[in-house]
Amino acid sequence: MTEPKASYPADLRYSKEHEWVRLEGTVGTVGITFYAQSELGDVVFVDLPQKGRALVAAEELGTIESVKAVSEIYAPMSGEVLEANESLRDQPEKVNADPYGEGWLIKMKVTEPSELEGLLTAEGYKKYVEEGGH
Amino acid sequence: MSVNRHPPKRREGLLFERSVPGKRGCDVPAWDGPVAGKLDRRWTREEIEGFPELSEREVVRHFTRLSKLNYANDEGLYPLGSCTMKYNPKVHEKIARLDGFAEAHPLLPDEAAQGCLQVMADLEGYLSEITGMDAFTLQPAAGAQGEFTGIRMVRAFHEARGNPRQVVLIPDSAHGTNPASAHLCGYRVEEVPSDERGCVNLADLKERMREDVAVLMLTNPNTLGVFEREIDEICRVVHSGGGLVYLDGANLNAFVGVARPGDMGVDVMHSNLHKTFSTPHGGGGPGSGPVGVKKPLERFLPVPRVVRVESGWRLREDFPDSIGKVHSFYGNFGMHVRAAAYILANGAQGLRRIAETAVLNANYLRKRLEGTYHLPYASASLHEVILSDRNLEKFGVKTLDVAKRLMDYGFHPPTIYFPLIVKGALMIEPTESEPIEELDAFVDAMIRIAREAEEDPEMVRTAPHTTPVGRLDEAAAARKPVLRWTPGETSGGKG
Amino acid sequence: MRYIPSSTAERKKLLQVLGLDSSERLFDSIPAAYRLKRPLNLPPPQAEADLVAHMRELSRRNLDPYESAVFLGGGAYRHFIPAVVDHLISRAEFYSSYTPYQPEFSQGTLQGIFEFQTLICQLTGLEVANASLYDGASALAEGILLAHRAKRRSRVVVAGGIHPEYVRVARTLTSRLDIEMITPPLGSDGSASLDTIESILTSQTAALVIQQPNFLGRVEDVEILAEAAHRVGALCVVVVNEAVSLGLLRAPGSLGADVVLGEAQSLGVPLSFGGPYLGFMAVRSEYVRELPGRLVGQAKDSQGRVGYVLTLATREQHIRRERATSNICTNEGLCMLAATLFMATLGKQGMRELALQNHSRAEYAKAALARIPGCRIPHPGPTFNEFVLELPKEASAVHRKLLARGTVAGLPLGRFFPERKKDLLICVTEVNSRSQIDRLVKEMEEVL
Repeated sequence: MTEPKASYPADLRYSKEHEWVRLEGTVGTVGITFYAQSELGDVVFVDLPQKGRALVAAEELGTIESVKAVSEIYAPMSGEVLEANESLRDQPEKVNADPYGEGWLIKMKVTEPSELEGLLTAEGYKKYVEEGGH
Repeated sequence: MSVNRHPPKRREGLLFERSVPGKRGCDVPAWDGPVAGKLDRRWTREEIEGFPELSEREVVRHFTRLSKLNYANDEGLYPLGSCTMKYNPKVHEKIARLDGFAEAHPLLPDEAAQGCLQVMADLEGYLSEITGMDAFTLQPAAGAQGEFTGIRMVRAFHEARGNPRQVVLIPDSAHGTNPASAHLCGYRVEEVPSDERGCVNLADLKERMREDVAVLMLTNPNTLGVFEREIDEICRVVHSGGGLVYLDGANLNAFVGVARPGDMGVDVMHSNLHKTFSTPHGGGGPGSGPVGVKKPLERFLPVPRVVRVESGWRLREDFPDSIGKVHSFYGNFGMHVRAAAYILANGAQGLRRIAETAVLNANYLRKRLEGTYHLPYASASLHEVILSDRNLEKFGVKTLDVAKRLMDYGFHPPTIYFPLIVKGALMIEPTESEPIEELDAFVDAMIRIAREAEEDPEMVRTAPHTTPVGRLDEAAAARKPVLRWTPGETSGGKG
Repeated sequence: MRYIPSSTAERKKLLQVLGLDSSERLFDSIPAAYRLKRPLNLPPPQAEADLVAHMRELSRRNLDPYESAVFLGGGAYRHFIPAVVDHLISRAEFYSSYTPYQPEFSQGTLQGIFEFQTLICQLTGLEVANASLYDGASALAEGILLAHRAKRRSRVVVAGGIHPEYVRVARTLTSRLDIEMITPPLGSDGSASLDTIESILTSQTAALVIQQPNFLGRVEDVEILAEAAHRVGALCVVVVNEAVSLGLLRAPGSLGADVVLGEAQSLGVPLSFGGPYLGFMAVRSEYVRELPGRLVGQAKDSQGRVGYVLTLATREQHIRRERATSNICTNEGLCMLAATLFMATLGKQGMRELALQNHSRAEYAKAALARIPGCRIPHPGPTFNEFVLELPKEASAVHRKLLARGTVAGLPLGRFFPERKKDLLICVTEVNSRSQIDRLVKEMEEVL
């Protein structure tokens, strides 16, 4: 199987903990990056927060389990959870197959849009990963 | 080329699938007294639904066939790093099964259990002499439980001085049980990085040794098989900050009879009877993890303790500073007996010879393999050697593939992907129980596999080819776990 | 040295390959100051025959189990073990192998664990079980930790009637975590009192822990106690000391228990002075990710062949490290296999008959002992194979006199409960013959 090339969609912003966020108005969609899912390996379980839960930027919002590792997921921005991707309960592999699309984790109401400035652009994140990613 | 392991010709289904109503494998002893009036139906069950019904013959067949699906230490090299898969002497099995030991109820009055108490007292004495510690508890049922017990005592020690402290320092090369055990004792963990020699970074340690550090948990030799040469300085740094040094004794086989942790400044340690002291690994247990301490920690040892009185031995509870109890009774006595027998069979010279041979064998493997496989650390190895898959990267072959291909050659693979600080680690510990022929055959197989990686990488990447099952889809198994048989479902493999 | 397969000549050859002139050089990396200048002070090495003679002599310093009548329970039970068990666990493929981290080479062990997990589920009436824990006491500690994690509450009500040593161990193992253990006493009838328990269950209670049968041998009403726990949103955890009782008593899972755990030593594991034993734990399927210890699951290879693997390992210490559900690494592998063999050999009917017989023998002894003048059964409710006998005088003195006559008349309870100095905890199993029981009764009468 040929490995798909790493991708860094330009319309997203990225955290140093390898989450991405797509902001549309005050609604942010959050997921983990291609790099993160390839490091983790096959995802087997995702533990996501409930609707209504308050989020603080850089604090843990849940965990992702693969066969060989467990990783915390951190909120890239502050706000409130609007929806968690329930389909991942039965199909956690979506996180690997389509990390920027069907593998989204949560949708959130963003309360501090200025926090976006503190996140990396696609270029910045790509550089960060190429330099070691931590 | 490959050694065929003769996988069984028929697939063995599950016990429950060969169950036939009305069969049974055993008769209960006859009772000629009155049969009790039935307990009220409120309390009793109808039958155990789904429980198997088999004849004795079929039980024996089933498990005999299952056993043939396993690789045994008795058939060949089992070079798992830090597991010390040494020979399990058969006489131990005979000794442990002596009626006086096997049938001894743990709640017998002390006077009726003097033989057992003598064995335990003797073993405590032997372990103290071997490790240079002052006193032991035999209660912990495994190494991990020993770690908990040891760190719990460290905490009690600090609490008695008015400040439990907050932090446990652990090298980044340590076994996963170390931080887990620390956490269970209410401590926070800080990782101490290893330097380019694979040893504790002393400068970093000095910076981290603050007043809130309770203990440094060390493995020596470390999980790279390298002796922490600066242990003297390490202990001094920790002690001068008011902390203690805990030794994870998993690697004791490297220097038993040659040196003693107690002489190096260690305050508390655990040993693994199922490693250094030859008790069988049993497919995952039972183990035994006795913990040794220096005098200042003795009063915190778990109770009851085996104490000498005029008329013999007693189990005594009157130690008010004890941390409590970690086992239902006194620990895994069955393993205590085996370990004591092992020490008696070997004596001082025998134990020393064990360490010599273990280190000799590991270095022989290192010498013969280091040209072919990447050696991440140049430091001297003791009883185990770490290699990596870096030389095979260009062929797209990984450590996992090498491990799987080794099975086709008739060897159990070494430990893989541990320690975490080496990418693609292969951790190889032959132990002293291997003749040269076996070591040479292993080297031979490893070299062939390296060549196969270059010439036919796909074959290595899809190994093993001769085992009863190939690589199993672990991701699918974890996503939709099937953790038991359910009536109406088959294993899909019978016949 | 007979266990080392290389000869002196061979070792010399290896040293030469390494370019070393003596084996002392192998330890150059150990500072000279630490290298011992003297041999260890240990007894001289023993040849096999001498070793066996020595150990046999030690074993004979214990009470002879066949010359005496032993009526002890209290968390460890004497049962007949079919020869098949020992025969099969003595196969080197089972006992000399390691934890099955390489599944292609360990399908025997893995399938054995899968079968054990299934049998425990069937016995307990719950959906998922692990591959065993160290012993019943640490299983209790793990159960308390599980409830704490799953419910995110910090109070645990531990009903009177849990094995006192288990409670001690649980306190030691959970003492540094933010967990409060409340231990109400038993009711006057020797069983857990619903009223007392209801009065202390709150919305901060993570679990109600009860033992079945309890330490005094009484059968508890698991169903109403489980209901009480569920009313406050707490888990009902049932502890089992005597696993053979599950052959007769209703499966706790069918009565509302969320977790059933305890000791499975009764199922084919020898007494061995207290260990190695066999802890077990089973839970409702919704708590599977909280289960400590190893788990084996089914998997397929690329050719569709069914096999077994260790799974959900990310809960375990070697991946999660300090975030692990526990620090447990080994299970009780070979003891677990012994139990699997025992259960397979006895089978559905054998387990039930064994349990019925234990009950019958104990009832016979109970009735006969109660007829002795001055003796009585202080808690006359239903029991399985253990019960409390109250004597007219101090129990430990009576016990000592009977011991001199070769009978171990149960366990004097004053050891655990100061208010029970006249009580004995008597256990009767299928290894206690009718004549042994009759003799116990006769001698008791004589001594009193």
